[in-house]
Amino acid sequence: MTSLAVHSIGPSVTIQDRGRVGFVASGLSQGGAVDMRALAEGAALLGQSADLAVLEMAGFGGTFVADDDIRIALTGAVMQASLDGAPLHWNASHAVPRGAELRIGSAASGGYGYLHVGGGIDAPLVMGARSAHLNSQIGARLLDGAVLPIGADPGTAVNQRLEGAVRDVGGAIRLVRSFQTNLFAPDELHRFEQTVFHRDMRGNRMGVRLIPDGAGFQAEGGLTVLSEVIMTGDIQMTGDGAPFVLLSEAQTTGGYPRIGTVLPCDLPKLIQARPDVALRFTFIDIDAAVAAERADRAAMAALGTQISPMLRDPGDVSDLLSYQLISGVARGDEEL
Amino acid sequence: MTSFWPQIRTVGVTGMLVSFADALSEPSNRAALAFRARIERESWDGVIETSSTLASAFIRFDPLVLSHAVLRTRLEGLLAQEDWFQAAPPEGRRFWRIPAVFGGDLAPQLNEAAQAAGMSAQDAIASLSGARVRVITLGFAAGQPYLGELPEAWNLPRQTALTSQVPEGALVVAIRQFVLFATTAPTGWRHVAQTAFRSFRPDDAEPFALRAGDEVQFEPVTREAFEAIRARDSSGNGGAVRERIA
Repeated sequence: MTSLAVHSIGPSVTIQDRGRVGFVASGLSQGGAVDMRALAEGAALLGQSADLAVLEMAGFGGTFVADDDIRIALTGAVMQASLDGAPLHWNASHAVPRGAELRIGSAASGGYGYLHVGGGIDAPLVMGARSAHLNSQIGARLLDGAVLPIGADPGTAVNQRLEGAVRDVGGAIRLVRSFQTNLFAPDELHRFEQTVFHRDMRGNRMGVRLIPDGAGFQAEGGLTVLSEVIMTGDIQMTGDGAPFVLLSEAQTTGGYPRIGTVLPCDLPKLIQARPDVALRFTFIDIDAAVAAERADRAAMAALGTQISPMLRDPGDVSDLLSYQLISGVARGDEEL
Repeated sequence: MTSFWPQIRTVGVTGMLVSFADALSEPSNRAALAFRARIERESWDGVIETSSTLASAFIRFDPLVLSHAVLRTRLEGLLAQEDWFQAAPPEGRRFWRIPAVFGGDLAPQLNEAAQAAGMSAQDAIASLSGARVRVITLGFAAGQPYLGELPEAWNLPRQTALTSQVPEGALVVAIRQFVLFATTAPTGWRHVAQTAFRSFRPDDAEPFALRAGDEVQFEPVTREAFEAIRARDSSGNGGAVRERIA
């Protein structure tokens, strides 16, 4: 079986897929990739199922060498990437020849980048999924020296590029009222919509903190609400009044008041926002939210139409030559 | 009970919550358990999963398959069918008897908790081990049960300072409830007994030992008996015995 050796690895790289559905009643949140859209994008680039496991890289990647020719795709937060020293485009698919050194550095945005391999990462299934759920001690962060088995890859397409996938510029984030929204006074909700926020760099898979330009937000009942179910995208107000947006590995229930819930389709834009860009929140009604989800699902199903062959410009010639010298053969199906 | 309850509210775009109270009580938790079991039996298309919390039943669904309006109408219909506060508990529940060492080095806050409850250590052990408690809900960590309700004497506030860490299997008490820790974690509740019971077993065919609605009693054992159980048990049951509740 083909495998990918991890020569060195960033501090928070995990194997992820769509997570585990059906265990909320037992206290286990779904988990899975923090940026679920990236799973669909990598799958579209490689022409394979979005259920296959990938590497999620929080802020920094690592150095990888495969023991056979493989295909990869790079999605999510844009990171510095190179293959034997030649730069690689992000939001694109690439051929990685046996023995070549794939180096993925830092994300300028501090967000989550994803490394997809053709055939997926064939980590063991635990309760129906391959993803690490760090908070529940399922799986763990990858360490230097790990060797990752890779599934069989029937696909051949590489050097494809996905347009319109960069989502680090912030902007308007839509949310809906939720069952605790009325714990916040109307004035406070209005101020919430008028306030500019920045993403705090200190996020993790449980949630991301937002820094308000101005005072924090408080519920009228204070902090004494009955512990109740948590939905991914809930925005809870902790003691200091800074919003904390709950992500895939959040606890299943919580006692902090929640002001609303971010639309699933707007979560990728929020978690991948650069820390220096402005985020604003807008409440929309539930019918508009469902319509937005419907449109987003259609867009995900049509990702293939956003993919086109990468055309190399003359400046890339040295890159091209070095690639051929190392690999010894051109695959022939590449659009050069 | 006012006419305000039960109440149906949305949870984000893909969830609905049927709440029977805004505080934990025996009838509201029973209603939540029974109503959730009923929704499960309905097997509606578009429902992704359900759960019950302290006083609510939760439905996660795909609104592109099952609309908010249709789901709300169906839930209202079920609510009207019976008095859920009086509903029979769901079927398939189990009664667990779990060996526990009360007090000593393994559970250093028994004396303190007994004092706060206004009883001697001996009486505290008798009270806590004599209580047959129900799994109210699972949460905070995977598989971790909240168990209640304990007698009124155990309506203890949380400690102001956190205990930096209690081990997996720790039995802690506050606000007329136990939590049986599924992982090593800090807590504001008092550590009164220690078990060898593992609530979350990710590599097992049955990863979650307990279900909401199960009943549990903690049987006092000596430190020696406990160590013997811990030495020979590899199942995670920690010497627990379980039987079906008829």
